[in-house]
Amino acid sequence: MQHLLSTAELSRADAIDILDTAAQMAATQEREIKKLPTLRGRTVVNLFFEDSTRTRISFETAAKRLSADVINFSAKGSSASKGESLKDTALTLNAMGADAVVVRSAASGAAHQLAHSGWLTGSSFYGSDHPGVAILNAGDGTHQHPTQALLDAYTMRRHLVGPDALGQGLDGLKVAIVGDVLHSRVARSNVWLLKTLGADVTLVAPPTLLPVGAETWPAKLSYDLDATLAAKPDAVMMLRVQRERMGGGSSAFLPSAQEYTRLYGLDRKRLEVLPKHGIVLHPGPMNRGLEISAEAADSPQSVIVEQVANGVAVRMAALYLLLAGKE
Amino acid sequence: MRSNSFRLANVRPYGVEPVDITVTNGVISNITPVSQETGHPGELPSDDEFWELDGKDHILLPGFVDLHTHLREPGREDAETVLSGSKAAALGGYTAVFAMANTNPVADTAGVVEQVWRLGQNAALVDVHPVGAVTVGLRGEQLAELGAMANSRAKVRVFSDDGHCVSDSVVMRRALEYVKAFDGVIAQHAQEPSLTVGAQMNEGVVSSELGLAGWPAVAEESIIARDVLLAEHVGSCLHVLHVSTRGSVEIIRWAKQRGINVTAEVTPHHLALTDESARGYNPIFKVNPPLRTADDVRALREGLADGTIDTVGTDHAPHPVEDKDCEWAYAAFGMTGLETALSVVVKTMVEPGLLTWADVARVMSVTPARIGRISHEQGRPIAVGEPANLVLVDPDAKRMIDPRAQATASSNTPFVGTELPGKVVATFLRGTPVVFDGVLSATS
Repeated sequence: MQHLLSTAELSRADAIDILDTAAQMAATQEREIKKLPTLRGRTVVNLFFEDSTRTRISFETAAKRLSADVINFSAKGSSASKGESLKDTALTLNAMGADAVVVRSAASGAAHQLAHSGWLTGSSFYGSDHPGVAILNAGDGTHQHPTQALLDAYTMRRHLVGPDALGQGLDGLKVAIVGDVLHSRVARSNVWLLKTLGADVTLVAPPTLLPVGAETWPAKLSYDLDATLAAKPDAVMMLRVQRERMGGGSSAFLPSAQEYTRLYGLDRKRLEVLPKHGIVLHPGPMNRGLEISAEAADSPQSVIVEQVANGVAVRMAALYLLLAGKE
Repeated sequence: MRSNSFRLANVRPYGVEPVDITVTNGVISNITPVSQETGHPGELPSDDEFWELDGKDHILLPGFVDLHTHLREPGREDAETVLSGSKAAALGGYTAVFAMANTNPVADTAGVVEQVWRLGQNAALVDVHPVGAVTVGLRGEQLAELGAMANSRAKVRVFSDDGHCVSDSVVMRRALEYVKAFDGVIAQHAQEPSLTVGAQMNEGVVSSELGLAGWPAVAEESIIARDVLLAEHVGSCLHVLHVSTRGSVEIIRWAKQRGINVTAEVTPHHLALTDESARGYNPIFKVNPPLRTADDVRALREGLADGTIDTVGTDHAPHPVEDKDCEWAYAAFGMTGLETALSVVVKTMVEPGLLTWADVARVMSVTPARIGRISHEQGRPIAVGEPANLVLVDPDAKRMIDPRAQATASSNTPFVGTELPGKVVATFLRGTPVVFDGVLSATS
């Protein structure tokens, strides 16, 4: 694995390797001294063109626990706003000698371009891959957010397969992903990773929030949350729904927030339909009262806080596998 | 530069029987089938500057006419100028190009179209015909002074807000009506704007996976359906630019069967490429309208072959490197095309047997000249007494596309690094060999 750009290009063996490594990393985090010397002398750059304190802190923590040097580069806006372009930023970072670049951008494909455009070498457009720098996609537009899907899978495996489930996938598990699939990189990342790991995925959304073309994805599609819950999924993942998608105007996808909550919100009654072993996930940040009720978010079946902790272990694993053993 | 009196030996007009062609002072003066030659050279002018060329059995066609070129001047001379674009056009085998109006300032007044026209005259490599904007500032609200542009020295007959759609139905109706007074034509960029806010690529399987905002086929088809009905209602003629979907082809086929006066264009890139190209997020493949599916490509090829689609227009859209060397969502739409159009048509239409060379002459020269109202001087038959606006094509040559070797000032060709068939050997503008042996002639 040279980069981590998309779960669609992740093999089952690589995915399970990351989950198993994350389990080892998580074990080290139980110790009093959490820091490992593994990536001493390596430089990890967090390149965030989009605000995301949570994800950046998670990556920063992961890199620091592995003793890497961390440079945080936050740039609001983009080449569209005539700030420094991603390309020039990449050239700058390369000049500073980055070993890995964790990139978050509002532009779909930004991580792919960073890995494959030749920008990091200063060579001509789409010339050649850079031999050394590993690119980790920390979210690109509405495309992919692979470490989020990996931490979700890790969390599901721990709870639904077993804490010592090394080497195993998620075969046969039923997972429902509910909400704004159209605009969600989390949904896209999860669909392909869960498929690779053998789970059975159902996407639940109002028709306006399912992309045209999703009928070809490796997942079932449903407009009916109650019918999906009646089939007793092992895990329900609630996606964040932005309020600007509601109400009037040409940017609206839904009549109102109230109607969305009535039809697609995970409230107390729907929570009760879940099987006892079933878990509730949410990538955060939550809109309590909109896509998820407080009862659901705070219930014993909710693993939302644990997802955050697992995020650090999974990102440690990804950094380790991309950087260690590479000289 | 060589003179405009010469003899081309052993060339095949429209790809059929070889002939020797004599041009005297820019006009075809003699055509003799090679098989009938008796050894004497015929009546050759005694002019010292008269020259001869062995055509090596290459194909001779009327010089191409591009109804859809962006020459960027005035305003974006960093992307292209009338001169650099004229060079690219001549190298591509064109003897006339229509320069779209989305310059800065917009070509919505007699002054701007005359400026572009004069720059074309000065370049003197192809005939440059300015397209006039339909509406002031391409804003789609108020008709530009179409009559003033028609009556200017540029004699504008083709009007388009290309880059933008004349989306308001009543403005489109008025434009279609108004140009009847001077036999003008409205060339529509069919794109319903409300359906394409923020759109990045064809809406479908690939966009759903890539997370790029989708550009539905219906955004194009709904406008074409409306416009053919408007053209019928007011008894005017409509030219549909860069048709890109199967549905568009079917609507135009229906309209023609109904007797509506509509013509349609396809670009080389829509004949050759699909939305699968977007998978690498390389903005070189970002274009408006977007690259569609393989099924759409099939429909476009069929439509061009059966005459539903009338012309191939390049939509040559040069952009400086920095407008393409960035994230997909922030990149400009468009691709260069003048220097690759013929080769793409050969690869997608001629080699598969969908078009003959006579058909190539029809879709790249004769019909666009007619739609552009210049068929008195361009797109003429290869016959004695006709102006020698000609292109000599080596159909067997293969060439690797390298933007650095092109004359256009921009490098955004999606065919970079691919091998394409067919090469322009020479381009003659009223007998003057502006391109000779595949390179631009030095100006005297």
